[in-house]
Amino acid sequence: MTAVPAPLVDAAESPDAPDEGRTSEGGQEMTSAQVLGAAERLRELGAVLRMSEAEAEGAAPEPPEGEVLADDQTMIINMGPQHPSTHGVLRLMLELNGETVLRTKPVIGYLHTGMEWTGEELTYMQGCTNVTRMDYAAPLFTELAFSLTVEKLLGIEAPERAVWIRMLMTELNRMSSHLLFLASNGMDLGAVSMMIYGWREREEVLRFFEKVTGLRMNHNYIRVGGVAADLPDGWRDDVLRLLDLIPPRLDEYDVLMTGQPIWRDRLQGVGMITADECLALGVTGPILRSTGYAWDLRRNDPYLAYDQIDFDIVVGSYGDCFDRYAIRLNEIRESMRIVRQCLDQMPKGDYRIQDKKVTPPPRARIDESMEALIHHFKIFTEGFKVPEGEAYVSVESPRGELGCYIVSDGTSHPYRMHVRAPSFVNLQSLPHMMHGGFIADAVAVISSVDPIMGEVDR
Amino acid sequence: MTVADETTPEASDEAREETHESAPEPELLHDCPVAWSHGQKVLHVPAGAYLKVLASLHTEGFLTCIDLCAVDYLTYELPRELPDGIEPQRFEVVVSLLAHQGARRLRVRVQVDATAPNLPTLFSMYPGTEAMEREAFDMFGIVFDGHPDPNRILLPEDWVGHPLRKDYNSGRIPVQFKATTDAR
Repeated sequence: MTAVPAPLVDAAESPDAPDEGRTSEGGQEMTSAQVLGAAERLRELGAVLRMSEAEAEGAAPEPPEGEVLADDQTMIINMGPQHPSTHGVLRLMLELNGETVLRTKPVIGYLHTGMEWTGEELTYMQGCTNVTRMDYAAPLFTELAFSLTVEKLLGIEAPERAVWIRMLMTELNRMSSHLLFLASNGMDLGAVSMMIYGWREREEVLRFFEKVTGLRMNHNYIRVGGVAADLPDGWRDDVLRLLDLIPPRLDEYDVLMTGQPIWRDRLQGVGMITADECLALGVTGPILRSTGYAWDLRRNDPYLAYDQIDFDIVVGSYGDCFDRYAIRLNEIRESMRIVRQCLDQMPKGDYRIQDKKVTPPPRARIDESMEALIHHFKIFTEGFKVPEGEAYVSVESPRGELGCYIVSDGTSHPYRMHVRAPSFVNLQSLPHMMHGGFIADAVAVISSVDPIMGEVDR
Repeated sequence: MTVADETTPEASDEAREETHESAPEPELLHDCPVAWSHGQKVLHVPAGAYLKVLASLHTEGFLTCIDLCAVDYLTYELPRELPDGIEPQRFEVVVSLLAHQGARRLRVRVQVDATAPNLPTLFSMYPGTEAMEREAFDMFGIVFDGHPDPNRILLPEDWVGHPLRKDYNSGRIPVQFKATTDAR
């Protein structure tokens, strides 16, 4: 460790530079409309495929004389980071013309805790404890992506039972995450009773998680080489109870929201996005599927044993907030189909790989064998070494493609661990969905993106 | 089983690629060497050809840039395994591309010189890289020329240094807070 290197920042970014038209917070904020270039004006018109300033000059319609909105006609307002419907600490800067949103800029980083750096400090053994805190509504998915990447680097495979347990647990997690979405989506749009219902059903799923993993969130359950513990006695009855309990509740949601005219008026045609825009922006998950583009990694790039499972990809047709709501609601039903198949096909066998390199000895062995005790101690203090190399593995999280990129230098710590967080990328679709809409619809749009700020800021 | 399932589409991709090009020759794609890492296709692109190769890949159907991140190889002690003709540099930018047609994936690795860590931005082709490039700048100080918004994204605007660099004194300096210069 040497001294801090000279920061490589350009002049405009350095704190000593004269702040031209900037606020005290600098360039992260939205610039005034008066200093807009043509490219920015195009963006205001909702263009996704951006071009150089010179090209944009040709393409962007010059605002007619007299229609250039003066500073006193538009207003830049700040929404968040403490706004209750920004799902945590998302901050948006909105330029408004009356009630119409012209431009939007998400400002993030309020929850940044350097988790990628922390991942480099922790061993692969401890890594799951760290990554599980990224997407706190769907923690098992980040654990899964991390574990699959490390397993790829190690060249090992989890035993079959572990694969199916992972599928069972992640699908249940998808249900709980989508139930949380339904709750918060309802709350954001004024259907406050929905919040209570969504949380109630989610709680049932979390109760099962608590029974299996010991924790309601941040489970650290899926680990390299398998899962932390086998499913407890009576798990099948618990899951069957869930599967009986939730479908009638979902039907109640249909009555409460799906067919309800106020709900439909509030969501239909709001926050539209096209498939081309989604592909260009890297947007994945329900937002991409809402445009009618059937892309789901479980089907298109199967991991675990999803190729042996029968399920449908739910797609929308208009790419609006209502489609995104309906997709998530119906994905809960699809997840229940998958869970049912997991119940039927759950194989017997080991729940973690019987590879002494990555799996600590069972507790009972420690009492009778000195070597087992040493082995146990070594594997938890030093961790296991992972051969050098790099790999990227992605899974379909409730929010889209969740990937993990790890560079290993042959030690027991990742040399670099990067998580491709779907919420982080999906947030970039906000300016396009909100452009031209009402400020009141902004809340509906944010809600339909379903960002988890722990994952955005990492 | 897990791993076997995962490599299936990539393995078929590999087979398809190898029918086109003879096996003993070093595999090339757009004159750039191709390497395989755990069944995943990796393209090593020289920094000079970065934009051109990415543009060709974009026209070939890699319509989505799924991920862009940087790696600092300063303290990497092992010899770097890079194909012939690719000079190892301190920084590396890793771009994961996805072609939905055929579910093809390609990882592009670019070596970036430490003395002038600059790369052209992919923004005009892949607007979705806006936030990712800002993150790479924030964490590693890699400047993406032509980026429409070259500012820090996760850290405060006035933060000094780039924390994911290996020579950054992580954990040894007190957390910086912004000075409140004016009463607002």
